[in-house]
Amino acid sequence: MASIILSTKGLTKTYGGLNANEDVDFELQRGKITALIGPNGAGKSTFVGMISGRIAATRGQVVFDGRDISALPAHERIKLGIAYTFQITSVYAGLTLHENVAIAARRRLGKSAKAVHAKVVSVLQQVGLSDRADQIAGDLSYGHQRVLEIAMGLAQDPVLFILDEPTQGLAETEVDDFVTLIKALAGDTTILLIEHNMDVVMRTANHIHVLDNGRSLASGTPEEIQANKAVQAAYLGTDVDA
Amino acid sequence: MLASLEGAVTAAILALTAMGLSIVFGVMRVVNIAHGEFYMVGAVLAWVVASLVGASPAVGFVAALVIAPLVVGLIAMAADKLILQRLAYDPDRTIVATIGLLYIIQQTTLMSFGPDARPVQPPFNTRLSLPWFEWGENGFEMFWPWGLSITSYKLFVIIAACAILTGLWLLMTRSKAGLIMRATQQDSETAQAFGIPVGQVYSYVFGLGAGLAAVGAVLVVPIQQAHYLMGHDPLLLSFIVVIIGGLGSLPGTVIAAFLIGMSDGIISVFFSPTLAKIIATLAVALVLVFRPQGLLGRVER
Amino acid sequence: MTNAQRSHILHFATIAVLACLFFVLPAYHVGNLSRIMVLAVYAMGFNLLFGYTGLLSLGHALFFATGMYGLGMAMNNFGMASEPAILIGIICAIVMSAVVGFLALRTTGVAFMIVTLMFAQAGYLTVLYFGAYTRGDEGFVIPQPDRMIAGIDITGETSRYFAALILFAIVFLAIAHLVRSPFGRTLIAIRENEERTKMLGYDTGRHKLLAVIVSGTISGIAGAAYALLFGYAGATFATVQYSIFPLLWVLLGGAGTTLGPLIGVAFMFYLIDLSSSITQAYMLIAGVVLVVLTLFAPQGLAGELRRRLFTWLP
Repeated sequence: MASIILSTKGLTKTYGGLNANEDVDFELQRGKITALIGPNGAGKSTFVGMISGRIAATRGQVVFDGRDISALPAHERIKLGIAYTFQITSVYAGLTLHENVAIAARRRLGKSAKAVHAKVVSVLQQVGLSDRADQIAGDLSYGHQRVLEIAMGLAQDPVLFILDEPTQGLAETEVDDFVTLIKALAGDTTILLIEHNMDVVMRTANHIHVLDNGRSLASGTPEEIQANKAVQAAYLGTDVDA
Repeated sequence: MLASLEGAVTAAILALTAMGLSIVFGVMRVVNIAHGEFYMVGAVLAWVVASLVGASPAVGFVAALVIAPLVVGLIAMAADKLILQRLAYDPDRTIVATIGLLYIIQQTTLMSFGPDARPVQPPFNTRLSLPWFEWGENGFEMFWPWGLSITSYKLFVIIAACAILTGLWLLMTRSKAGLIMRATQQDSETAQAFGIPVGQVYSYVFGLGAGLAAVGAVLVVPIQQAHYLMGHDPLLLSFIVVIIGGLGSLPGTVIAAFLIGMSDGIISVFFSPTLAKIIATLAVALVLVFRPQGLLGRVER
Repeated sequence: MTNAQRSHILHFATIAVLACLFFVLPAYHVGNLSRIMVLAVYAMGFNLLFGYTGLLSLGHALFFATGMYGLGMAMNNFGMASEPAILIGIICAIVMSAVVGFLALRTTGVAFMIVTLMFAQAGYLTVLYFGAYTRGDEGFVIPQPDRMIAGIDITGETSRYFAALILFAIVFLAIAHLVRSPFGRTLIAIRENEERTKMLGYDTGRHKLLAVIVSGTISGIAGAAYALLFGYAGATFATVQYSIFPLLWVLLGGAGTTLGPLIGVAFMFYLIDLSSSITQAYMLIAGVVLVVLTLFAPQGLAGELRRRLFTWLP
């Protein structure tokens, strides 16, 4: 039985009377890849936003590595080893790729310019962007910007890596590279993936958690989820690209 | 009684001027630092028109009240087309550009209207307040030609301001133009998609905002004199009003103008004007810091 | 040659050129240049916040005037010597920028500009209100015999020029170093994308506050130096105009470049100097320059140079 690295209890977010998330209880197993799925508007992004601290929870509790982090601001949570990639690409469009990744790496390795540089070189190599290191990020294609976003996450050597729809807008081959990449990461790194592409989910996830209308609908292994009647109903009802 | 009437006059002028700033910010999200200069140009033009017409002070004043705001509005529209539109209304750059505009307008006025950097003092007061002597004349006033004859003009200012503000409110809420403006305010991209010429709307709104400032200035000119630096205080006060009223909220702006106009007189009774200004300025800064939506505004979402 | 080496050479060459100019230029321009260097320090302080951190303050005159009056009043009203008075000026500027930063940074964007503008306006009015001590608009002259540093009289043309140059060189090199350091890089990251920077684990609030304090303190040092070197403190330096000037200089020279502030101040200074023979309404030129810049060269002189020719320019 794997240990639990992160759990939430009764996590709720209310926007002007509407619940984007309601009493979500959730557990994340250390070193595994967990996919968070659900129809559009199910509250997935809000939920990971509350875990990372980007969005303030209305109520509820987040426990990371045995510590209650509910009251910590986002940057303190990130410092504990949570990396977060945005659903809508958010890179430093005016800076070079090298500097983009360096900013991400520098927070931990800031004392040594050499270490930062080495980290940047190795991460860019890992994601296949080495030859573009001196380009301005804003000039990259959309797909490459998504990959850069992932590279910025990697550069932080996260304990928990949260990816919000990382394969959205990627080409077929890039998706394959991504699957290979995160499978290699798992083990040392815990991965929480919001994903619409069910093919990617089935190829990568050890565990799946389903959100619907802001609530937890089901949680289990891919096989269990595939067989789950409630999940099928939720998906057939709204018909996303599953 | 006289003091509160004075306050009401200040409030009326302020409401007009601040409303211009508020509409421009509300619809276009542009902070127009040059707003006070449009006010000043309105006052200066009023003097120019009145002295050119010259026939009778009453005719001159009415001519000024029509022509000055129109000209100022056209200047503002030209500024919008030539400068702001090309900046794509980027908030930071428009602020810098309107600061530039402020200096350009101020110094151009200085060079044409008062080249010696000294206030030009035309016999404005008497000339323009004369007709209001006659207008407000009703046996009763003849007993105190000073006190009440001046108040009769000031009374007119208050009534005129109320009428214009009511007209504006009707324009914004009841007319097609108002609907278009509000649609643009809500979501300019969608408005554009529905065939609203957003660029045109912005130009007219910017012109309207400046025109309102000019109306306020024309009304104030018989009480105060036209001077190339006179735009500074209205700008600051308008900011205060718009911020306290809640950025972009029209009813809030009127209420805040009334509060500030009335309290400006009251504060300066107790403190020296400078201290009153310090307190007012700090208060506004702190309102923005701790209640950025304004005292009367609501929290968005 | 690496970019870092290139910029080192450029920075030291700039200082060397300024030192040489003293021996080449006629006295009139030497006096101008002393003034330009001190004002460039002010512009560099402003640039750190505006150009590198992306925060537009419209109230930097408050910090400049705080340094100026901190030093000026310590000497004039309390009869202190130059050295402790300099210290007082700097401490005042630190405290002022910390308080203003703490409050103003609760807002963002347009509200931040207005709040800083309001605080500066309140500061200006305060100077007027205590006219009995500050001498208000008229200002006061700091007596020449008091203006000594470590026994050196700094009122002479030569000593004043080199005092200004030393101050300029220290701040210039310090900022050049700062913006290449991890702290400076983080400020640039905040300018480019604050939300992203926060989500990379940086405490952006603390970084911005530090940026305001360092920027305000440098501006205050410039104000103190101005009072000491030119022997005058007056309320004019606290007006909105003196908050707009650094914006103008930095925009003109190039925001977010190390050389931009100096270029901007020098350019504007001589533009006004030359045009004042034609017209007294020199602010008209400032206005036109502002509008033209925002329209056609939002990156300023040094910025355009960097974009077109030397991408390595710091």
